[in-house]
Amino acid sequence: MADTAMPDSSPPLGAADPRTRWRYLDNILTRKGPFVDEDAILGEPIIDRLSTMKVLFSGAGGLGCEILKNLALSGFKDIHVIDMDTIDVSNLNRQFLFRHVDVGRSKAAVAAEFVQKRVKGVTITPYCGKIQDKDDEYYMQFGLVVCGLDSIEARRWINATLVGMVDGENMDSMKPLIDGGTEGFKGQARVVLPTMTSCIECQLDMHAPRPAVPLCTLATIPRQPQHCIEWAHIIAWEEERKDDTLDTDDPEHITWLYQKALSRATEYGIHGVTYAMTQGVVKNIIPAIASTNAIVAAACCNEAFKLATSTNPCLGFPEQNNYMMYSGDSGVYTYTFEHMKKEDCPVCGDLPKTLHLYPNSTLQELLDSFAERPEAQLKKPTIRTQSTSLYYQSPASLEEKTRPNLVKKLSELVGDGEELAVTDPAFQVTFRFKVAFKK
Amino acid sequence: MSQSTPPPLHQGPTAKEKKYDRQLRLWAASGQAALEDAHVLLINSGPGVVGVETLKNLVLPGVGHFTILDSAVVREEDLGVNFFLQEESVGAERAAETCKYLQELNPDVEGHSISEPVEEFIARPDTLTPYSLIIVVAPVVPDVLSKISAHGTATQTPVFYVHNVGFYIHFSLQLPPAFTIVDIHPEPEALVDLRLYKPWKELLVNAKKWTWRMENMSDHQHGHIPYVFLLLHYLMEWERTHDGKPPRTYKEKTEFRELIRSGIRTSNPEGGEENFDEAIGAVLKSLNEPTLSSTVKEVFNSPECEDLTEDSPNFWLIAHAVSQFHTKHQTLPLPGAIPDMKAVSADYAFLQGLYKTKAREEADEVLHSVRALEKSLERPNPILAAEVDAFCKQAAHIRLIRGRPIPVISPNEGVAWGERAKAAVNALTDESSLILLHIAFLTFDAFYAQRAAEGKARVPGDGADVEDDERLLTGLAQDIGTNLLTQAERELDEEDADSVKTRLGNICAELTRAGGAELHNIAALGGGLVAQEVIKAITRQYVPIDNTCLFDGVRSLSSVLLL
Repeated sequence: MADTAMPDSSPPLGAADPRTRWRYLDNILTRKGPFVDEDAILGEPIIDRLSTMKVLFSGAGGLGCEILKNLALSGFKDIHVIDMDTIDVSNLNRQFLFRHVDVGRSKAAVAAEFVQKRVKGVTITPYCGKIQDKDDEYYMQFGLVVCGLDSIEARRWINATLVGMVDGENMDSMKPLIDGGTEGFKGQARVVLPTMTSCIECQLDMHAPRPAVPLCTLATIPRQPQHCIEWAHIIAWEEERKDDTLDTDDPEHITWLYQKALSRATEYGIHGVTYAMTQGVVKNIIPAIASTNAIVAAACCNEAFKLATSTNPCLGFPEQNNYMMYSGDSGVYTYTFEHMKKEDCPVCGDLPKTLHLYPNSTLQELLDSFAERPEAQLKKPTIRTQSTSLYYQSPASLEEKTRPNLVKKLSELVGDGEELAVTDPAFQVTFRFKVAFKK
Repeated sequence: MSQSTPPPLHQGPTAKEKKYDRQLRLWAASGQAALEDAHVLLINSGPGVVGVETLKNLVLPGVGHFTILDSAVVREEDLGVNFFLQEESVGAERAAETCKYLQELNPDVEGHSISEPVEEFIARPDTLTPYSLIIVVAPVVPDVLSKISAHGTATQTPVFYVHNVGFYIHFSLQLPPAFTIVDIHPEPEALVDLRLYKPWKELLVNAKKWTWRMENMSDHQHGHIPYVFLLLHYLMEWERTHDGKPPRTYKEKTEFRELIRSGIRTSNPEGGEENFDEAIGAVLKSLNEPTLSSTVKEVFNSPECEDLTEDSPNFWLIAHAVSQFHTKHQTLPLPGAIPDMKAVSADYAFLQGLYKTKAREEADEVLHSVRALEKSLERPNPILAAEVDAFCKQAAHIRLIRGRPIPVISPNEGVAWGERAKAAVNALTDESSLILLHIAFLTFDAFYAQRAAEGKARVPGDGADVEDDERLLTGLAQDIGTNLLTQAERELDEEDADSVKTRLGNICAELTRAGGAELHNIAALGGGLVAQEVIKAITRQYVPIDNTCLFDGVRSLSSVLLL
């Protein structure tokens, strides 16, 4: 067929020289600069490496749209994207690969389709699902992983997976992880070389969760509008609409919570409950803007590009800076530093963390504290010692058997210096703690 | 049944509130309205990516209008770096094509394009008048930049001048000569002033009442005394044994904390008291003498605040009234907000009421002064009371930025550093400062201007002999550095001079390497930074840079310089 086709009068773009469109990028890919490593070979080999390396990125949200565009225009040609979400109207103020007509469709699929159409020659493979659906074999095919996830749990999962995959005999099993996150005008970009440098878990205490308001405050002595909203969310719904599953995307449900909160606020003389605040508290909404996403995503992709091409030194090598903190509410501020690897990191270290406890406190108190400890953040911990099971979340029979322990004092259950093994269904690793009783 | 009628069924947020929800939580409806009123002009040149990426971050949040002025025609190499073009765009006007694909992002925004060389555009009268903010992307000849900068000064229009080359970003922001901000959005804790050093009578009376015979209270009562009352109670006790003076030094405050600690009941089931813990925790941050921050002093001492006229912006009238209030009371008006604290609902509401009432009184006093000023100045339109209230709440955080013209390098006369010369020299030897990158960009402009004057405009590295350009650029940069030292009447010792020379040479080499190319990542990063500052300049919320920002994508760090 091709033989008999009429020749087109104008040759297709790129026919004369396929690198014409990459002329700007090629200045950097072919010319050596003063900061480039002496041993780096630029030119053809690097262009080939960039074109063939498989890159995975997860989280096709605000950061993700930027990341996908940036990777495609950095010269990466084989990009895979994972995201389980569908498009919501409130995404449109920053997630620029989506239009009104796309609301309700898979983020990964729409983003992939858009960028593949816009940037010729790049292949983007979407997967609509969870990162947890995939196994080591899947992750092994990539040269590097970029994350723009909105959940700490997902970050911790991918981090533990990549650390666990490292085989000392095979350097290809070490997959660099580049992670970005934003909140309002603030954000961070970091590079992890699994097992070689500080990992996401080592840095967990830099992203401490907000302390929860005590239940008794919500139930008996509310003072803030947020207390009334939390009361409606946690207590009133359970009491009055137990049979409906709360759907925070359902306007009727939010309206119900808003009105409950408002009438409780009126009762206690508290001002400031609004619909937007109700939505914000219930859905744990984090403010987000296009500009911060652009900055953090670009910082991540700049590191990915440098890492893949050696065209300049990148963050993340041992004894180099690996973390860039960004803040843009007052001027423009970055703090770029080396976060140190922790020997007692449950993922990449090999020592247990010391846990200072009151001998008279109960196992229940210890259990509850794991959710809020900045260095643990475990919501459903199961606790064992080397010899006994202290508390099991499941199965039900074991939960029932270990439940009586919850009211016991810690000193009755463990010895000073003894090691605890804590697991949580959200994570594949065991968290090791060494008990140190406070005097 | 309750007698009060149930609240009306909430209609839920509007379509616009839904779409912009995540940003309205930052700059509220007032910021959004300002953004929607704005018309941003982008004067594009070079590969033209950083400007387009900036607009993307303004179109998405809903800027009113944007206009792209760009005389380039789309070439194939644009497709490898600019996301807002397609294959079919090649050969068409770049202004119109980028405008079209940006416009797609948000149907509520109006985009316009003009395909004309900037020299011709600004040569016609009043062509810059419609725009509320102007972004100029390098390279442009010095004469063009000077004219736009002069327009900005004359019309109080913010002007941005942006470079994006290889791994490097520079932008300068020229704000109006007196750019004022009320709403800087400090951390919520910073908006709290409990006024414990100067408690007013009613607060003290209540503190006494609420702590009267504390020892006889039940555990529940004792453990629920709001900590503000506890602090005041122990302050009175402290002052009885310290000549009526509150604890001032760190040592005294530590002793004061021990005094509070001695009141904790440990015999209760909890073995301690949260409200006392809160009081102890608040000593260091709440017990401070009311002093004015240097930024507020700068506002009060500026001529605009002292010499009011009929046309003075509202900010200065209110600032004058607040300054009068401060002179009279030796304190700023009370913001009125209190933090959450352990207390039963009714007690907390009562304490909140005390602070709110006092804040209301003081804001009314300021409003009264404002009205008197308006009368004496014969101003026709009264300032809204809500604006005065908002100012009083944030009086400790108001800001003034003195916008300065963008430094323009002239190929013959070099750079006039003026009063900034000394600070610039100090930065030369500070390895964390990016002043050398700023010098390299000034040199980049000089290089371009020289060739433009000869009718062969090009940037360093964009030609056959890259090494030759690198040598030339480094030589020019060193001349600028030497000239800076002369202007500052300073010399560097040999070691420092060598280090500066090497570092400057490396930056010039890296800059030349790019040959004027933009890297998409760096353009996207620059577009994020510039858009963020544009939003601050338009909404007058948060604090914009003062006045030059640099980003080094080799080392992944930034620097802001006052030049």
